[in-house]
Amino acid sequence: MATTETMTLNMGPQHPSTHGVLRLVLELDGEVIVKVTPHIGFLHRGVEKLAEHRTYHQILPLTDRLDYLAPMSNNLGYILAVEKLMAVDVPERAETIRVIMNELTRLESHLVWLACHALDIGAMTVFIYAFRERETVMEIYELISGARMTSNYFRVGGLSQDVPDEFVKKVGDFVDSMPAYLDQYEGLLTTNPIWLKRTVGNGIISAEDAIDIGLTGPALRGSGVDWDLRRDNPYSGYEKYQFKVPTGENCDTFDRYKVRLIEMREACKIIRQGLDKLKPGPVLADFPQVCYPPKESVYNSIEGLIHHFKIASEGFAAPAGEVYQGVEAPKGELGFYIVSDGGNKPERLRIRPPSFVNLQAIEQMSVGSMVADLVAVIGTLDIVLGEIDR
Amino acid sequence: MAENNRALIQLQGKFAASIIDVVEFRGEVTVTVKKDAIIDILSFLKQTLQYNLLTDLTAIDYLGKKEERFMMVYLLYSIPNKDRLRIKTPVTEADCRIPTASTVWKTANWLEREVYDLFGITFDGHPDLRRILMADDWVGHPLRKDYPLQGPDRQPYKGRLS
Repeated sequence: MATTETMTLNMGPQHPSTHGVLRLVLELDGEVIVKVTPHIGFLHRGVEKLAEHRTYHQILPLTDRLDYLAPMSNNLGYILAVEKLMAVDVPERAETIRVIMNELTRLESHLVWLACHALDIGAMTVFIYAFRERETVMEIYELISGARMTSNYFRVGGLSQDVPDEFVKKVGDFVDSMPAYLDQYEGLLTTNPIWLKRTVGNGIISAEDAIDIGLTGPALRGSGVDWDLRRDNPYSGYEKYQFKVPTGENCDTFDRYKVRLIEMREACKIIRQGLDKLKPGPVLADFPQVCYPPKESVYNSIEGLIHHFKIASEGFAAPAGEVYQGVEAPKGELGFYIVSDGGNKPERLRIRPPSFVNLQAIEQMSVGSMVADLVAVIGTLDIVLGEIDR
Repeated sequence: MAENNRALIQLQGKFAASIIDVVEFRGEVTVTVKKDAIIDILSFLKQTLQYNLLTDLTAIDYLGKKEERFMMVYLLYSIPNKDRLRIKTPVTEADCRIPTASTVWKTANWLEREVYDLFGITFDGHPDLRRILMADDWVGHPLRKDYPLQGPDRQPYKGRLS
């Protein structure tokens, strides 16, 4: 009698479709996956440990190195947690710009997801197109913060600086042209028979299982759970914007693709509403114990210079207590949990990374399918290793 | 207010003997409970009060600041009711172990592996308790307060501020 045995195959950490340094040990029966064991931690930099040794302002640049494809969402989550801890009220203009930038970040992150996901499954043209539009978002980042990726733009109490005059036109032109580009991508993919064969029925996870394993964001909405933190626990004034929360029905890769594409269209609408309500005003709260002074005062007065020096070196003492702030990042719920003992550094800063928790579902979503389908599952989970390994 | 919290009213009715402390700060309710009742309380919250999503699970090291060195933190969210609840339970250094919550939520699997890896707390009954972020042969638990910031065998960190 013939005997069969399973084969162990190592995928990654250097593999083009594992999106960074993800290593998967696969147990295969022929080409069918029996077991998936992810190995992570290759990019671990100890961000949570580092944060315990820095003042609250000094932690901010660490946060946009977590999910480097969506730096503004990371900044926003951390800043909102500190603002909750310090009970700082943010001026309206700063909040509106934050929402605009946060949605641009969602567009950027989803564009990279679409590009890489399509490339992994073999559709190369979409990759080139999506990176073309992403470049415009990078230019807007550079315009307002001076950096293309690690933006470090928000500050506790508002923004580091106001946006330049050309911002409104540049962002407005971009979101007005975006729906036509999205139609272009959909023209290439949504009815493409190869795309449908690779995504429909792939990576199925039921709503109940998805909640049990902790999926959040588009991955959960693709399974039909109607839940979005921007609508259900609003922050930064999201309750003043009109937008739809898309959900899927068939819990598969194709539905998650549809959900993310609709989210991109909704993000354009939110940005348009934000641009329309953008009014002149201050972009930093008047809260000298916590916020940096305006640059004119630092350069032109000794009091401003002393104030800046004090905030930059010693920081500020936070009241003893603990806060958690979750935001709807492009990849799911990103949370920052700060425990303060009353000092100028956090006793503990815990980052709840959406990709880390979402990646846990990979085994459930891929066992029983082919190796090639695993590549589609990695793409549809939309992970970024900077955030998983921290 | 904390006393109007729907979960707290139920917990005080059913697990009054196990509640150590209730704190409300910035509108967030934190309930500290005894370790031996933790799984019963978490299951009760999930089954009866619809806290179906375990948002996060982590630990805090209070070395030299509290009698019980570690504090386990469970952050729960209820998708039907859109509210959060934080449950904490102390873990001593001498008895550095706690029953696993992965029997209640599958999410806890990797989150507990991370706490085991970085804090050295053992989870009884965990299906696959291995290090997750650090290498398998790593010595020590980096997020403990007595673990040097720049790693072992290096000059201790003197701080960014002199």
